[in-house]
Amino acid sequence: MLPSTTLSSPHMHGANGLTRVMLSVIFALVPALAAYVFFFGWGILINIVLALVTALASEAIMLRLRGRPALPFLSDGSAAVTAILLGMAIPPLTPWWMIVLGAMFALVFAKHLYGGLGYNPFNPAMAGYVLLLISFPLEMSTWAAPSTEAAHSLSMLESIRYSLLGTLPNGIMLDAVSAATPLDTVRTQVLLDKSLTELASTGTIAGRGWEWVNGLCLLGGLWLVSRRTITWHIPVGLLAALLTLSSLFYLVDAGRYASPALHLFSGATMLGAFFIATDPVSAATTPMGRLVYGVGIGVLTFVIRTWGGYPDGIAFAVLLMNMAAPTIDYYTRPRVFGQSGR
Amino acid sequence: MRLHSFHGGLHLPGHKEMSMREPVRPAGIPQTLILPLQQHIGEPAEPCVKPGQRVRKGEVLAHASGYVSVPLHAPTSGRVVAIEPRSVAHPSGLQTACIVLEPDGADSWTELTPRGGDYEQLDPSALRNLIREAGIVGLGGAGFPSFIKLNPGSASITTLVLNGAECEPYITCDAMLMCERAVEIVSGALIMRHALHAEHCVIGVEDNKPAALAALRQAAGELGSDVEIVEVPTIYPAGGEKQLIKTLTGKEVPSNGLPVDIGVVCHNVGTAAAVYRAVVHGQPLIARYVTVTGHAVANPRNMEVLIGTPIADLLHACGLRAHVPHKIIVGGPMMGFELRATHTPVVKTTNCVLAASEEDAATRSPPMPCIRCGECAAACPAQLLPQQLYWHAQAKDFDRIQDYNLFDCIECGCCAYVCPSNIALVHYYRYAKTEIWAQEREKHKADLARERHEFHKFRLEREKAEREERHRKKREALANKSTTDASKKAAIEAALARVKAKRGEARPDVTDGGTQERSAESGRADAPLDHEDAKS
Repeated sequence: MLPSTTLSSPHMHGANGLTRVMLSVIFALVPALAAYVFFFGWGILINIVLALVTALASEAIMLRLRGRPALPFLSDGSAAVTAILLGMAIPPLTPWWMIVLGAMFALVFAKHLYGGLGYNPFNPAMAGYVLLLISFPLEMSTWAAPSTEAAHSLSMLESIRYSLLGTLPNGIMLDAVSAATPLDTVRTQVLLDKSLTELASTGTIAGRGWEWVNGLCLLGGLWLVSRRTITWHIPVGLLAALLTLSSLFYLVDAGRYASPALHLFSGATMLGAFFIATDPVSAATTPMGRLVYGVGIGVLTFVIRTWGGYPDGIAFAVLLMNMAAPTIDYYTRPRVFGQSGR
Repeated sequence: MRLHSFHGGLHLPGHKEMSMREPVRPAGIPQTLILPLQQHIGEPAEPCVKPGQRVRKGEVLAHASGYVSVPLHAPTSGRVVAIEPRSVAHPSGLQTACIVLEPDGADSWTELTPRGGDYEQLDPSALRNLIREAGIVGLGGAGFPSFIKLNPGSASITTLVLNGAECEPYITCDAMLMCERAVEIVSGALIMRHALHAEHCVIGVEDNKPAALAALRQAAGELGSDVEIVEVPTIYPAGGEKQLIKTLTGKEVPSNGLPVDIGVVCHNVGTAAAVYRAVVHGQPLIARYVTVTGHAVANPRNMEVLIGTPIADLLHACGLRAHVPHKIIVGGPMMGFELRATHTPVVKTTNCVLAASEEDAATRSPPMPCIRCGECAAACPAQLLPQQLYWHAQAKDFDRIQDYNLFDCIECGCCAYVCPSNIALVHYYRYAKTEIWAQEREKHKADLARERHEFHKFRLEREKAEREERHRKKREALANKSTTDASKKAAIEAALARVKAKRGEARPDVTDGGTQERSAESGRADAPLDHEDAKS
C-alpha cells in the first residue's frame, strides 16, 4: 500500500506547484534584466546578487527561529522572487549595505513577522524598497546613466568596487556615470515651471534604455499571462487607469503633464504592472477585485508621479492598495452558481 | 441544440481507453455475497428473511422502511447465513447491518411479473411503485431512491435529462453500458418520461465517447423515439448534475434548490436501464456494471457484478499486481474515497474500483501555505471562492464560511487539483460541513431541551395559577357562605359570648374565632395540592 498522505479526494493533482510559479516569474524577468544590464551597467546584477544572498539567509534564519522546515520553504522560490524584484527596483549605483538592509527588512519584517509565505499583507519587495526610499532619498534617486550617453561606463569590476567600497575609478566623478531618470527630469522641470515640450527626452518615446526595459517587462508579463501564471486583470486595470489619466491631462496641457507614452514606458510601470502588483499574496484575489485593485494602483501612481513628492509612485501605490485588498475582495465576490445576481 | 458553458472546470487526462478494450463480462457468482441494508440515501431496509432461510434469485430480502427507502433483493439463489454488522465500503471502514448470502450456484430466479411494453397503460404512481419495489436507486453515485425523483409533485417537468457524461477519469461503466445496452437506456428514458409527463428527454454524453453516442443514436432511431442524444464538451465536471443541466438547458439549479424547481429532472443512464429491466422484465436491481481499472491491475476492464460481491474478488479477477505499491479507490480519482479493506462489498452505487499505482495517484508533496493565487476560484464550477472557504474553515469561522456558500460546494476536487500549494482543500470543506451539521444537531438538541425546560416552567406556573384560582374560588365561596350565614353566625357568636360571659372569661379576640376556623379549613384544602407538587 502507498503511504496514505491524501486524506480524501481528489487523489490526482495537476502539475502546478509553487516552485513552478516562482520559476516562471523569474524566467519572464530575464529579458528585461538583460536590457537593464545592457543600458545601465552591471550595477543591477550586483544588486540582485546581494539581495538574493541576504534574502535567502534571512529566510533560512527566520524559518529556523520560527521552527519551520527550511527546505520546502527555501526551495519554493518566493524569497528569490522578492530579492530579484527588490534588486531591480533599487538604482544600480547603490552602496551594498543599503541593499542588504532593504532585503533583510523585506524578508524579516514584511514577510516573516507577519507569518511568512502567504500571510504578509504587504508586498515584501516594495516594503523593503520604500524603507530605503524614505530613509535614503538621495542615494535612491541617483540612477546610472544609460551606457549610450554616459561619459564613462563602469566595468563589472569597477561596479563591484563601487558597490562595496564606494570608490570610483580615478578621475571619474559620480556625475559622469549617473543621470536623472526621465521621470525625475519631468518632476524637476515641472517644479522649475518649465514647459515639458522643451524637455529633450532622449530615446524614442520614454527615455533611452527605459523604454527597452519596460518593453521587455511587458513582453515577459504577456508571456506569464499567456501561460496563466498571472491573470490579465491587475495589469490591464493598472495600465488602463494610467493611460486614461495621463492621456486626459496630456490633452489638457501637454506642457505641464508628461505624455502617456512616458508614463507607460518609463520608470517601474511595466515591472510594477506585471510583476510587482500581481504578487498574489498581497493583492486582491477575485477577478473583479483584481481589476479594481489594478485601477487603484494606476490612479495612485499617476497622482504620486504628478503631484506627489517622489518621481515614481508604483511602490507607494502598491503598498496603499495592499491595505485595501481585503475590503475589495469582500465587496467583489462573484455570483455563486444558482444565485441570482447580487 | 445550443449548448451552454459553465464556469471553471478542468481538462483532465481521461485514462478511459485502458478499461474499454474488452467487452463487459459477468464477474460470476462469488462464494459469499454481503448485502448492506443501507445502499441508498434514507432509512435502511428492514430484513424479512431469517438466517438459514433459502432464497431464490430476485426474492425480496428486506423491505423498504419509511418513504425514503427501497427494498433489497437476493442477487442469486442461496441461503441466508447471517444478518450481522459487516464492514462496508466507507472511508472509515464503518460496519453496518448486512445480510450475508451463501449462493447455491443454481442461480434460479423467483417468479417475476414482466409488464412488457404495456407500461403506458400504467398510472405514473403505479409505475413509480414498480420502480421502488425493484430497489432502484440513482446509479450515478448518490444512491437516492429513484422513484422519489420520478415524482414531480405539483411541478411540471419540461426536460428529463439523462446523465451519460461520465466526466470523471478512469470510469467507463456508463460508457460501456451505453455501447452495449443503448436500447435499454432509451427505453428506460421513455418510461421515466412517461412517469414524469416530461415534455422533452435529452441524453447528455461527453464527446470523448463517440461509440456510446453512435449506439444511443441508433437505438433512438430504431425505437422511433424523439429522445435527443446530445454531445457535450469533455470538461470535468460536465457530469455534475447542476453542470450538465446548465450545459444542456442554460438554466441554473438555484442555490439550496433542486432541479425540479426549474422543471428539470436528472437521472443517470444506468438508472434508466435498470428502470427498463424492472418495468418491462420485472427484474429487480441485483447487478450493475463496475469498472475495475488502474495501473495496479493487469487486466483493467468492466464487469457485470452481482450486488454484494466482495471488491477483493473483482481485483483478483482483474489480476491485482500486489507487488506494485497501490491504493484502492472506490469511485474515480477526483471524488472517490480510499478503501482500507477490500473484503467490503460492491453496492448499488459502486461504479468503479481504481487500483491506483503511483502513476495514477501520485503521493502528494506536503502542503504549503495558500498564496491566494486564485487558481481555485478560476477552476470552481460552482463559482465559489475556495481559498476564502479554506481560510474560514481553518479559522473554524462557520458563520462566515456559510456566508461564502459552503453548501453550494459539490466537492468535485477541481480546486485541490489546481492548487499550487498542494492544499487538500476539499478535505477542509468536508470537515466544515460535518462540523456545521454536528453543531446544528447540537443546537436542535439544545433547542428541544430549552423547550422542555420552558414548558416545565410554564406548567409549574400554570398549576400555581390554577391552585390560586381554586383557593380564591373557595375563599369566595366561603365568604359568600359567611355573608348568607351571617345572622346564624351572629347568633352562634352571641351564644358563645354568653357562655363565655357566664364563665366570666370574656376575651377581647373572641370575634376572630370564625377566621381561625376558615384558615384551618383552607389549610386542609391545600394539602392534596401539596401532595401533587411533591409528585411533580
